[in-house]
Order: sequence, then C-alpha cells, then structure tokens
Amino acid sequence: MKNFAALFTALDQTTKTSLKVAAMAEYFRTASDADKLWCVALFSGRRPKRVITTKLLREWAAQKAGLPLWLFEECYPIVGDLAETINLFLPPAEEHKERSLSNWIKELKHLSTLDEEGRKSGILAAWNTLHRTERFLFIKLLTGGFRIGVSQKLMTRALAQATGQDEAVLTHKLMGNWTPDTTTWVDLIETDDPAADLSRPYPFYLAHGVENLDQLGPTSDWFIDRKWDGIRGQFILRQGEHHLWSRGEDLMTDRFPELAKLRDFLPDGTVIDGEILAFQDEKPMSFNALQKRIGRKTVPKKLLAQTPVILMAYDLLEIDGKDIRHETLEKRRNLLANILKNSPIEAPLRLSSEVIGTTWDDFAKERARSRDLHAEGLMLKRRDSPYRAGRRKGDWWKWKIDPLTVDAVMIYAQAGSGRRANLFTDFTFAVKNGNDLVPFTKAYSGLTDEEFRKITTWVKRNTLQRFGPVRSVSAEHVFEIAFEGIQASPRHKSGIALRFPRMLRWRHDKPMDEINTLDDLKDMLRTYG
Amino acid sequence: MSNLLTFTPEGIYCAAGDFHIDPWLPVPLALITHGHADHSRLGMGAYMATTSAAPVMRHRLGEIKMDTVAYGDVTSINGVDVSFHPAGHVPGSAQIRVAHKGDVWVASGDYKTVDDGLSEPFEPVRCNAFITESTFGLPVFNWTPQDILADQINDWWARNAADGVFSLLSCYALGKAQRLLRAVDPSIAPILTHAAIENTNRIMRGQGIALPDTTLVTPDLDLKAHKGALVLATPSALNSTWARRFKPASSAFASGWMALRGVRRRRAADRGFIMSDHADWNGLNDAIKHTGAERIFVTHGYTSVFSRWLSEQGYDAKVVQTQFDDDAGEDGA
Ligand SMILES: [Zn+2]
Ligand SMILES: [Zn+2]
Repeated sequence: MKNFAALFTALDQTTKTSLKVAAMAEYFRTASDADKLWCVALFSGRRPKRVITTKLLREWAAQKAGLPLWLFEECYPIVGDLAETINLFLPPAEEHKERSLSNWIKELKHLSTLDEEGRKSGILAAWNTLHRTERFLFIKLLTGGFRIGVSQKLMTRALAQATGQDEAVLTHKLMGNWTPDTTTWVDLIETDDPAADLSRPYPFYLAHGVENLDQLGPTSDWFIDRKWDGIRGQFILRQGEHHLWSRGEDLMTDRFPELAKLRDFLPDGTVIDGEILAFQDEKPMSFNALQKRIGRKTVPKKLLAQTPVILMAYDLLEIDGKDIRHETLEKRRNLLANILKNSPIEAPLRLSSEVIGTTWDDFAKERARSRDLHAEGLMLKRRDSPYRAGRRKGDWWKWKIDPLTVDAVMIYAQAGSGRRANLFTDFTFAVKNGNDLVPFTKAYSGLTDEEFRKITTWVKRNTLQRFGPVRSVSAEHVFEIAFEGIQASPRHKSGIALRFPRMLRWRHDKPMDEINTLDDLKDMLRTYG
Repeated sequence: MSNLLTFTPEGIYCAAGDFHIDPWLPVPLALITHGHADHSRLGMGAYMATTSAAPVMRHRLGEIKMDTVAYGDVTSINGVDVSFHPAGHVPGSAQIRVAHKGDVWVASGDYKTVDDGLSEPFEPVRCNAFITESTFGLPVFNWTPQDILADQINDWWARNAADGVFSLLSCYALGKAQRLLRAVDPSIAPILTHAAIENTNRIMRGQGIALPDTTLVTPDLDLKAHKGALVLATPSALNSTWARRFKPASSAFASGWMALRGVRRRRAADRGFIMSDHADWNGLNDAIKHTGAERIFVTHGYTSVFSRWLSEQGYDAKVVQTQFDDDAGEDGA
C-alpha cells in the first residue's frame, strides 16, 4: 500500500495536471500488475463493494479512540469526509506491516465473508498496522466511497505514457463492464484483441456549449438537428446480441427491454449513437415521463405501456462490423438514413431529422421552439467532421435554450463537504406565498469561491437557529435560480420539484419583496411540466 | 461561587481590580495577552503587557500608554494581584493570572503546549478557574512534531530550489513567520519576505531574537538572482498580484487548518503544512488538567463541543461567547 499511498499523496499535493499525470505514469511503470489493475479500476469508478455499514465503523472508531460517539458525530461535518474523520479520530497505528493494494483488497473481500465480530477484529487490526495515508485509503475502500480528484481522461493519458499505447485505444479498452475480478492487467491493457468484448462501446463524442455563432461561418457548413431531452445512449448490435450504453458507461440494456426488438430491424454489426426518449403519438414525451423509467432495473408491464421508449438515432459509428467514425458526418448520416428507411413504424427507432434553415436567425427561431418539442436546444455539427472521442471543441457545438429561472430568497444554509468543508455552500431557497415563504429547492453550485466566502461570513453572523448542521438564516439574500425542468411532486411542501437547479446570480440589486411567488412556479409547471 | 472575572460586552472584566483582559471595546485599563490583532486593539486608556510583547504592540498600535512586566512578576492593581506567564503562542504571549482573596483565575489568551523553538515555552499555572481557548478543540486535531514538520518544509523547498522554482509559503506575520524562519535550513537558498513580515522580523531582531538573513521584496529586486528562494507571504498577499511576480512557483500554507484535507484543497495551494500556534486536542486537555482548576470557561473556537466534553470529564465547564469568533483575520491558527 506504501507506493499507492505515495501516489495518492503526490496527486493530492499538486494542482498541476502535468505533475499528476507524471505521478500516475510512474506508478503504472513500477507497480505490480495486480496493483496497477486495481488502481485503474479505482480511478475509473470501479470500487469494491462496501464491506461494513458506516454506522458500525463510526462506533468502532470511537471505541478504539476511547472517545464518545457524539464527539465523533460533531467532528464529521467539520472534517466533511467520513473516512478522513475516522482516520483523524483514531490513534496512530502501533505497528506497521507492508501489504500491497491488491492484497488489502483481497483482505476486504475476505472480511466480507465473516460475521460482524470477525469483521470488527479484522478492521481494528488493519487500523493498527497502517500509516496515516494508507489508513485513510483503506477506510475509503471500506466505506465503498473511494473517489479521487483525477479524471479518467488524465488517468488514461498517464497509462498511455507508461505503456506507449495510443490514448484513444486505451480509452476504448477501459470501457465496458469489466472488474479486476473478471480480467487481468495483461488481458485488459496489454493484449490487443478487438473481438474480446462484443459489448464494448465507442467513447461518446461530447459537445461544448457554443461560444460565438459569428465564428461558425456559413450555416451550410453545418448539419443541425435537435438536442433531444432524454438519455444519450449507444446502441450496439453485434453477432445477434444487443447492448445499450449510457454516456456514463452504464449498461442500460435491461432497463429498456423494448429496444430488443431492434435486433429484428437492424443489420448485424451496427452501432448507433442516439437518445433514449419516452415517445408517444410520434412525439417525444417530457423528460418527467422518462424519469419514471430511469433507475428501474426491471420495468413493470403497466409502465412499459404508459411510457414506451424509442431510440432517436443521431449518428452511425459502425456498419457491417466496421468502425466508420473517421468518415464525415454527412456520409455517416446518409448510411444511417439508408439503414433506417426500411424500418417499419412499430420499430422503436426514429431518425433525428435535420432542422432546415438558411440564416442563423432561422435557426434561432427553431431553437426557440425547443421547449415545446421537449428538446433542450439545437446541435450544430460540422458536415465534414469525424466522430471524435470525448469532449472536444470545434466540430460539434450544443446550442441550448436558456434555462428557466426564478428569483428566490435563501432561508437555510449548510456547510459543504470535501473541498468545501468550512464553507456554507448548500442552500435552501423559498418563494413567496401570500405572507409566507415556501421552500421549494436546494442548490449548491453556481457561485464563485469568492462569493461562497462572502456568503459564509454572512451566514455565520445571521444565523437564526441551528438544526444540526443546518442553519436557518434571516430571509434577506435573493438569488436567481436556474433550472432545466419542473415537475409536480407531492413529496415537497411546494408541490413541485426542479431539475438541475443552480444559482445563476446573486441578486444584490433585488429586494426581498420582489421575489417570485408560488403561483409563478405553478404557472411554469402548467406550461413546461 | 465568586466571580473574580466576568464576561462583559467589552470583554473579560475584573471588577475588584477594575481592569479588562483583551477587551474589544475601549476601556480605561487593558491587560493584553499578546499582540495579535484580535487580542490587542486600539483605543484603550492604558495597556499592560509583557516586555517581549510590547515592541510589536507599539509598532502596530502607535503611541500608546503602556506598562510592561516581566514573566512571573506580580503587580497589584487595586489590591488584585496580576501576573503574566508564558503561553507559548508567539513571542511575548502570556496567560494572565489574577488572584484576589485566595481565588485564582487564569485567562489563557491563545496558547500552545509544545515548544516551537521561538516563543517562551508554555508554563502551566495552578488556578481555581481557567479561561481556555478552543480553536482546535476537537480530537481530529493532532499536530505533527516540529522536527518532522521542519523536514517536510525543507524537503519541499530544497526540491523546488533544485528545479529553480520559488517556494511561496503563506503564514501569519506575527509568530508563525519567525517560527518558520527558525525551523527552515537557510543554506538551501535565499529567503525573501513580504513587507508585513519583514517589519515584524525587524522588531524581533531588535529585541534580541536571532533570525536568519531575509531580503525584503521590493519592486526593483532582481528575481532572477533569487530563483529557488523561499518567499514568506501573508495569506492575503498570496492571492494578490504581489505574488504573481514569482514564476515558476510552488505555493504552500502553514496552518493548523491544513490538517483537514477539505480546507487544504479549497486553498488551492500545492502544499499544506500542519503548523499551528494553538494547542491541539491533547495539548488543550493536558493544559487544563495541569491547572488543577474545577471551573473552565471555554472561548474562541469549538466552544460548545469542547465544553460538553469537559463537563463529561467532571469539570464545571461553560461556554463564553467572545468576539474573537469573528473573522478578525489573524490569530496564528
Ligand atoms: Zn486569538
Ligand atoms: Zn493569537
């Protein structure tokens, strides 16, 4: 664990990307295959299952430290991270035994087979043999919450440096639902075997928000279609088997069983980039309808009938088993249209049609219709662009509609965690309803660090009441809250719930009595819900 | 139970002696524990402080009427015996002992129990009632020993120096900066200072405290000739245009708050050294035990948690609200 702890420390001790990549590359050059594989797994979000409840861990940490549990609970919100709190709370280890990262993970798996007493003695023994940073990482693994401030992209770059392989090839290799239990370092990274995993998706090409329309040149250079408001997905049909991947690299095949029908309509060796949409009467339903399907691993018949989904096809990445991502968008779209033209109406598949226009003004008008069509805006794609990997500027842009906004007053504040411990960053906002204030949403992003510091100082001095970590504050500061969608929610006092709420602006200029009302929100619900 | 010291809107007050300790509003006579801005304020009729705390106070407060005393000397004020005892926080810092008719109270000001190699080391003082700070009064705060800290800082500086990189280290001007100067290895490379720190250095050298050579950063200083230097800056200077002249640079903070990863990351500095001029959890508990006091008044920090903890240990502990909790900016944390 020593060299993994050293890697973690090196990553933690610098804000410079180049140094982070160098530290990882060094690890990938020197660590054992088993450790490297686990490192790649951890850094790509493949965490071992949680071995023990955090409730028991807290109790054991307090016992081991000889301190009351309430004192632990007081420390936790201040430290902001459970594993770190436990680590700081515990006395230093009395002895040291070096065991590798993969060896410790093996130990975790062994512990998970034991009864509670066995787990406890195993964990206390581990706590007593690990140095500070090692112990912190061990507790992170224990709680199943291992997350590190390094993107998968940077890790892949380091892997490329260490192995001499192409970054895009490695990105491809790392996709899919492998775990260190189902593969080895040699099979995953070193072996070149494209047929090894037929389910393997291509990395998604992601667009940035458009910065300046004037610099895009003539509209005729651009293929423009709608940015549908569903779930981006990659549909793969190879050797009679189909797979559906989300952008977050989740396999969603079983969640949308109706798409299995596509096996009858599409030729083998086809990969389509598209959007999963709830769809009825030849129209997309609102995202709220689709939301009922998200997160359900098995779908009841009734729901399947109420909210059927389709794949709205944007792009074709593979045809007849051949990767065609290097071809121009125009060519790929023609091939896609050709495949789809014979598919019958009952096939849960549609072609995302081109939005037609001549001037950017024409497209601005089309964009303005987005919300009525349940779309999020327009996608601008250069006609001669290849299908790239990851988020890149230049060839593809998204031109989203402006978010919905309301002006609301802050009434509760809570300290953040991790990087934002000791700062108040999580706020609850209210709108007016007659003379009352009705809380309707929380938001915790959108302000600058400087603004968070200011509001933190203000919260400290204007706290009315404390409820554990939450403080009620005097209703004074008005914020413009932006959000992407609104839906009815009987669980909330206000009767509504927002999608992606965030603070757009701190409205120093706006007095408290000019904020929006609950009736305004209900109007929005009627219009956009 | 008698209350020799009470807590008033002006600050800690001794009615029998008619004086205040570290007051934040103007009063006729103020006994000052140490020169940090949240304890030593302008506008008092007269001041009393230790001989070694006085020069910095005079520099910061200007023309003031001040009596100075040596550690341990007893002065009688209106029949109340007062004396100053080392608090180990910064040079000249004191716990103030107040005794009257057999009742003994001690106001700790800020303190730390480990020897920092700069300040007069902390001395426990027996008393009936102890007013303690609690800046780091949680068991998650356990300081790194000074020699290991010095190694960490020297190692960071030496690596940067070898790469021709400036080591930009942020610290409080009074106490922390000089403690760092005495802990680092001046043979690694030159040491540069921000004016707020250099002013304090000059005063301390003047009172006989040995510090390594430092160079004040001025607009015409040849930075190329000082590549790899250690640059001591105040926290506010580190985020200003002042700091941008040092390129390339690695940045660091030296503070007890660096014990928390979240705080360290929020500062967006490359390194965080866990160096505090306040007592850690064990330091606070040991110090309180050694006073022998039954009554404990907890100020300045995690007051409610720490006083609940002390109550469970059998002390008669109470929270005292102070204005120190405001972000006065400087307390040597
Ligand atoms: Zn202080
Ligand atoms: Zn202080």
